[in-house]
Order: sequence, then structure tokens, then C-alpha cells
Amino acid sequence: MALTSTKQALVSGKLPGKLPGDLPGETASDTQSLLHKRFRLGETFIQGFLFVCGAISILTTIGILYVLGHESLLFFRNPDVSLLEFFTGTKWQPAILEFGILPLFNATLITSAIALLVALPLGLSAAVYLSEYATPRTRGVLKPILEILAGIPTVVYGYFALSFMTPLLRTLFGADTVEIYNTASAGLVMGILILPLVTSMSEDALSAVPGSLREAAYALGATKLETAVKVVVPAALSGITAAFIIAASRAIGETMIVAIAAGAGPSFTLNPFRAAETMTGHIVRISGGDLSYDSIDYNSIFAIGLMLFFMTLTLNLISNRIVRRFREVYE
Amino acid sequence: MTRAHFDPRTLHRHRAAGIWSTLFLGAIIIAIVALGALLYDIVDESFGLVAIENRIDPASLARDGMPLETLDKAQLVEILTGHISAGLLRRLENDLPFEERDRANVYALVLERVVEPKIVKTWSLTDSLTNRAAIEAEVLAEYPQARLEFHAWINSTFIQSPQSSSPEFAGVRTAILGSLWTIVITIAVAFPIGVGAAIYLEEYASDTLVNRVIQTNINNLAGVPSILYGMLGLAIFVRGLEPLTSGAWLGAGDPTTANGRTVLSAGLTLALLVLPLLIINAQEAIKAVPASLRQASYGLGATRWQTIWHHVLPNALPGILTGTILAISRAIGETAPLVVVGASAFVALDPSGPFSKFTTLPIQIYQWTTRPQDQYRNLAAAAILVLLVLLLSLNAAAILLRNRYRRQG
Repeated sequence: MALTSTKQALVSGKLPGKLPGDLPGETASDTQSLLHKRFRLGETFIQGFLFVCGAISILTTIGILYVLGHESLLFFRNPDVSLLEFFTGTKWQPAILEFGILPLFNATLITSAIALLVALPLGLSAAVYLSEYATPRTRGVLKPILEILAGIPTVVYGYFALSFMTPLLRTLFGADTVEIYNTASAGLVMGILILPLVTSMSEDALSAVPGSLREAAYALGATKLETAVKVVVPAALSGITAAFIIAASRAIGETMIVAIAAGAGPSFTLNPFRAAETMTGHIVRISGGDLSYDSIDYNSIFAIGLMLFFMTLTLNLISNRIVRRFREVYE
Repeated sequence: MTRAHFDPRTLHRHRAAGIWSTLFLGAIIIAIVALGALLYDIVDESFGLVAIENRIDPASLARDGMPLETLDKAQLVEILTGHISAGLLRRLENDLPFEERDRANVYALVLERVVEPKIVKTWSLTDSLTNRAAIEAEVLAEYPQARLEFHAWINSTFIQSPQSSSPEFAGVRTAILGSLWTIVITIAVAFPIGVGAAIYLEEYASDTLVNRVIQTNINNLAGVPSILYGMLGLAIFVRGLEPLTSGAWLGAGDPTTANGRTVLSAGLTLALLVLPLLIINAQEAIKAVPASLRQASYGLGATRWQTIWHHVLPNALPGILTGTILAISRAIGETAPLVVVGASAFVALDPSGPFSKFTTLPIQIYQWTTRPQDQYRNLAAAAILVLLVLLLSLNAAAILLRNRYRRQG
């Protein structure tokens, strides 16, 4: 089909490229000069435009770094803020000029840890099942279900956490111990959110392990479980680790679930049944209100954003490094 | 001969294998149960019994023995003038003169302003179906004035009405239109740039430092939390480029929105957000075009761009479109960056262009979810159903496209 369209284009004269043999009285040196790359303004212009398209992604990164860095600098230059207090203070109360990020950071860690406790074991088990046990037909049914879970917007998960998970926790553990807004509910639902991500990345890693390894294990008398756990999973370990780290990065940056269900107002607590505001949750709450530019509130959310950026970037880079360094290459 | 004859441990090993395979399957079942619980929760809140109290009984508004529903426009206007304050009447007249309103509109006004039905209590679908008798007794005891009726929170009025301050009349039209406007801008910006970048990286870029940096950078950008894009949008589009995004430089600015928190800012922010995803998907599609096609084209003397435009792109198009639809469905569900960019808490007027104030479907869901009253919880559930249907149809379109493409290839 593509060939005919080339032919049509040639016939209709859309392709200006001349073929050397077409010209009468042509010599070898003429052919040489014809084969020489001709400067074409249109082509150069198009290539330039496409390069700019690619470069826009660089501009985005520079933009993010500049915006976060610039506003954070204004924040830290403020006489009411000290860098030491920012990293060690246990109170975040902009109203009385207390800016210690620990309560927000702590809440982010708790929700992410709960999410990972749910998503990593379940995700890996599901991946092992899909890649090692399921027949192609079962896989054809189960994978779309996981894809649906992955495609549901996070705000819907937030609603689910607040209207289903929290009441469930309050029934199980008593309304006195579990507050209406709590990090446990947000974390559990976040675990469901990142479960499909862990599953699909781990399954990719498992499927990439060549069948010959499995056959060798079976030939030695290993059961399916022994093959999966002692041969296939270790062989795919770099990919699985990368999936775990990416999942952690997703959990830290996740916003709407914690904004809705984890609570408004920073509090420094290790109890997952109490309300605590995470870094992302705080940014959303502060910027959702009427925010005046150049106020210390405005600058402070960029400082939190900068921390968030470095945390997720570090995790992503580590994950890339692991994939590149420890990947077992088969044939 | 049993297995135990070979090795006493064999039986044990096989039993362990069986148990673990059940556990692995269990993980998937948990995921399915979670999905089921989520859908059940939403449907459960979207339908159910409600107790409604009217401020004025519609039966008392009947004229000459004719019930309210059958009255003509003039009589309805009369009722309206008789029951509401002069100030409100003037405001309604200012919005749209009564001569220009049709009967249905005036009738809706009478219901909203005079009858003023108020939903005093709501029940979930499960409660409504299993516990009806208890609910009826409760309504009789606590709200003697109220009538109990079954209410589908998602209905055609809900989809067609604009946002309203009373949950009985609130709808998602403004939010749907806001989402559509935002997405149109996002596609218009992100699609050409994304496909352009993918073409550059796959067809032009040689292995130089600059190009490697671009590729690595795109992969890293895909992992940046979406809320940071919102902060970028807030600082650059809303604040830095305010004259552009508020429309002031075109003289099109609406004085109420002249702070840059517009559809345009939101669309541009989402465009940057989906760009890495779109580029990576488009690259995959372009990679899948066999090299022989390009060589045939070059062999016939086509230039590089002619080869790309006439051969590579048409063959990669289904893949690119599938990727684009997936990127769009990501953008439609995105909430956090738009809250940061400054979606308005309350927009009753439909967005009329890129420089309007905006709200989107997910933002509306977020705002309704965070209200304490039960009625808003129901509205949020109904809006979620609308959003999920929208996303499901988009994804179905993407899957159909992919399957067609596979059959051809």
C-alpha cells in the first residue's frame, strides 16, 4: 500500500527527486554531482522545527527547576526562615511563622509506606501469577481488569478512601481510635492505586526471562513454585527492584488521595489512624485558597515542591541505574 | 508407586507449590475485589431514597383548579412575582428578560425559587433496597412534612444543569464544558509538539550528547509528580504570562478573570504534563514502522521529510492516535495540577472561550467530596459516574483502534 502511494506520488510529480538515469547525455561526474546532498531550505526548516519540539521537554525541566529554585530561594532568604529549622523543625504553622517540614515529610512517609506495604507483595504475587501460572486466556481476562484499575483518576480513589475505606476502618477498629481523616485509609487506597503499576512492570521483567531457564529448572525436578521463586524472580530482580522504586516515587508524589482523605493541617504523629497532612496535600490546600503572590505562604509551597522534586528524581534515577547496571542480558 | 517413594520431601514440596499458587491468585482476586468495592461504593451513593421537604406545597400554588404543572407561562410568571422578593426578581430579569424565557425555564424557576424543594436526608442504594420500612418510619417520625422518593442522582437534568449553590439543582454542565475546553487546548498544543519531538528523536537525531540528553530528560519528566507541573503552570502561565493567558493582550480579557487563572493556563499546563507520555508513545509507534518502507522511499529518490510524511507517518498513525487517546484520558482525570493552577471553586457560567474562568469534572468531584453534607457526597458519586463513562468510552476507542491496527499489521 505504501509502495503504491510512492508510485502515485512519483507519477503525479509530487516527488521532485530526479533519478540519475532520466537525464539525457549524462556522464559519471554529473551523477556524482547529482548524488551530492543538495541544500533544501524546506527540509532544513522542518528539521529545525522538529528539533525545537524535542527541545521543549528540556525547557520544561529547566522551567520546573527555575520556578522551584527561584521561589524557594526567596523563601529561604526570608529572615523568618532558617534552613536548619526547615529540616529539623517539628511544627509547620505559617500563621506563626514556624516552618519545619518534618510533620509534612513524616505524613508523606507514613502514607507511602502503607501504600508500599500493600502494593509490593500483592503486585509481585499478581505478576508472578500472570507471568508463570496463568494461561493466555486467563491473562487476557485479568490484565484488562488491572488496566481499568490503573486508568481510574486519582480523585476517584480519594472519594473511595473517604467514603468507603475510612468507614470500614472505623467499624473495624472503633470510631474512637480512627479519626475521620487518617493516613491509614489514604495509604491503603494508594496501595490499590499503585498495585497495577507494580504488577505490570514486574510482569514485564518476569516475561523477559527466557523460557530456557524455566525449562532447565523443570528438568532438574523443580516444582512450578521453585522455578518461579528460585529461578525466574532472581533472574528478573533488577526489573522488579526498579518497579518497586518507581512505585515508591509514585506514592510520594501522589496528591489527590491524601488531599481528600489524609486530613488538612500538619501534625507530627506516627499513629496512622490520626489525621496528618502530607507534602502534596499541603501544597494543594494552600494553593486552592486565595493565595497572594510574594507572600511567604506562596514561597513556602515551592520549597516543599523542590523537596518533592528531588525526592522523586533521586528515586527515578536510582531505578534507571539499577535497570542499566544489574540487568541480566540473555542472548 | 506414589511420589513419596522417590523422595519423602516431594509430597511436601508439591503441597507448598499448590498453596503458594493459590496465594498468588489471591493477590489478583484482592485487586478485583478492590475494583468491585470501588464501583459498588460509587453506584451505591449515586442512587437511593431521599426525603424532600418543600418550602411551599406545589398543590397550594394551583390556579383555578389547575395543578402547577399544567399552568401556562403567564400564570407561572405571576406566581413567581407573587412569591419572591423584588430584588431577586430584578436580578432574574437582568440575567434574561422574562419575555425571552420559555415556559420550561419559568417553570424551573418557580420550582427552584418558590417551591424550593430541599433534600433533608439521603440514603444509599443498599439501605434503600434492604431497609425501606425502617426508612419510611424514620421519615414519618423525624420529617413529617417530607415526602420520600427514589432519586437517581445521575440523570439528564444533572448533566444539563450548571453548577448551583443548592445540591437539589446542581449539575455538571459547566464542569463538562470546562473539561472539554481544557482538553481541546491540551490536544492542540501537545499533539503537534509531541509527534514532532517523536519524529525528531526517531528519524533525525543522531547519537549526540544533546539528543541523548533530550531522550533521558523525556523519560525523567514522565516520572515527575503531576502536582509539580501545576506549580510550573502557576508560576509561568498564570503569573508570568498573565497578559497572554488572561487575554488582556488581545483585548479579550474578561475583567473577572484577569488574573490568568483561565482555561488557557489549564490547557497549557496539562499539555506540558502529557507531553512526555505522548512523545514516548509516538516514538514506539514510529519505531514499529519497518525500515524497508523507508529504504524503498529513499531508493525512489524521496527526501527525508517526504519519506516521513508520505510513508512513516501514515503507517505509524494508528499507534500514535492510540497513544494520544491514552494521554488524553490521563489529562481528563488529572486534578492536582489544576487545583494548583487555580480552578475556580464555583463557576455557574459556561466557559465561553480560552480566557474564561474554569472548573473541570475532576475538580468538581474534588470540591463536592470535601463538603461535609451527605447530598454533596451523592453529587460527587454521580459526577464520578459521568467521568468514568467518559474515560471508559475513550479507552474503548483506543482499544478498538489498536485491534484494527494489529489486524492490518
